[in-house]
Amino acid sequence: MLKAVTLTLLDGFGVTLLIFFVTLALAIPLGLLVALGSMSKFKPISWLTKTFVWIMRGTPLMLQVIVIYYGPGLLFGRGWGPSYSMRIVAVIAAFVINYAAYFSEIYRGGIESVPKGQYEAGAVLGMTKRQIFFKVVLLQVVKRIVPPMSNEVITLVKDTALARVIAVQEIIMLAQEYISDGGLIWPLFYTGVFYLAFNGGLTLLFGYFEKKLDYFKV
Amino acid sequence: MAFLETENLKKRFGGAEVLSGVSFSLERGDVLAVIGSSGNGKTTLLRCINFLETPDGGKISVNGETVFDAESGEKLEEKEIRKKRLHFGLVFQGFNLFPQYTALRNVALARKLLERERDPKGDKKRIKSETEKAARELLCRVGLGDKLESYPHELSGGQQQRVAIARALALKPDILCFDEPTSALDPELTAEVLRVIKSLAKSKMTMIVVTHEMDFAKEVATKVAFMDKGRIAEAGTPEEIFENPKNPRLREFIGGIAAYD
Repeated sequence: MLKAVTLTLLDGFGVTLLIFFVTLALAIPLGLLVALGSMSKFKPISWLTKTFVWIMRGTPLMLQVIVIYYGPGLLFGRGWGPSYSMRIVAVIAAFVINYAAYFSEIYRGGIESVPKGQYEAGAVLGMTKRQIFFKVVLLQVVKRIVPPMSNEVITLVKDTALARVIAVQEIIMLAQEYISDGGLIWPLFYTGVFYLAFNGGLTLLFGYFEKKLDYFKV
Repeated sequence: MAFLETENLKKRFGGAEVLSGVSFSLERGDVLAVIGSSGNGKTTLLRCINFLETPDGGKISVNGETVFDAESGEKLEEKEIRKKRLHFGLVFQGFNLFPQYTALRNVALARKLLERERDPKGDKKRIKSETEKAARELLCRVGLGDKLESYPHELSGGQQQRVAIARALALKPDILCFDEPTSALDPELTAEVLRVIKSLAKSKMTMIVVTHEMDFAKEVATKVAFMDKGRIAEAGTPEEIFENPKNPRLREFIGGIAAYD
């Protein structure tokens, strides 16, 4: 029984990890774009991105998943289609824009915390804006954002459980089916082990990054 | 024509006029000490000369070449500004070293990027070893030959400022500017930084030093300018300024320091 449950839950955790990794891969660069937008000197752009961030951070992610999945069908009469895999795509889409908003604020904080003197020092040494960003500022930003990013990334692992709101079969959903099918509750508790193991690995990884960047102080 | 000439430089921030027409000229090898109480435009003057601020009016020329002219009205491209600002170097009050690089790389970085840009097909390894060799020599010159591989946070304030001086020298500026280079340092560290600036003066480096170190100004400067309310209220040789000041505000300023001594 334990083996069968483990295998089923592993299946579900595969979906969890799929959502996790794809969201991360897309939200990390998209967040940078949003951060640059919100810092733009061109008011309409910064106003627009700030409104976007406000909505994404101001409403529940669960609601966003529902709106992204059902919204297009209700509004335009064209939904995501009947295929199950499109549900996963819809979930990932919702997660990507939500996390891009959160990441953008972390990036913005990181970029704005680099003292003006660093830019000026680069400028008086004849460096281009590009060189200043990539050779001087970027690594300082990375060092500053590792701790808040690790927080956010670990939250993302757990947020994937919201995918079940549109019947995506991630690990919690599969565990809940044991309750409704046969009154078996321990598989639900058991899911915690998967999350803990994975987040333990992530914690070690981020700790390693922090240590790697320990050789200088900002 | 003088080596460096500024004519009637003006700068406003919002409603406040910070520079209300600053003119001075320097010959090659001159060391100009700019003195005066805080908030009278000394730092802004240096920032204008180094293109960190754009003056609202006036003209700057180096060696006969006009590097800035507010009249021309054209907005300079980044590329142009970069070329022109390389006439100048600036050492900041707060050092502003790059924390993620060793002393050696702090000094070599900008030179290396510039050489690569000038010679895009050049051998990267050769450029790297050449710029690092030059950086090493500069760090030895400021007395930090044993700190090449130290990171800024491992260095004292005085050492950091000396790295910053070497870093500015690496670009071979015609005129090196210092913005209160010792204001963040205790007296002992101040002395080691001033010694370096003094040795640069001996080697005929043209310099503008905004400073509150009056003894240093007396000893090292060839010219002293006293700034008051956005203008150079009085300028002259150190003897003229310190022994025989004419401007009443300057007398007050020097008197104030003497009374405290």
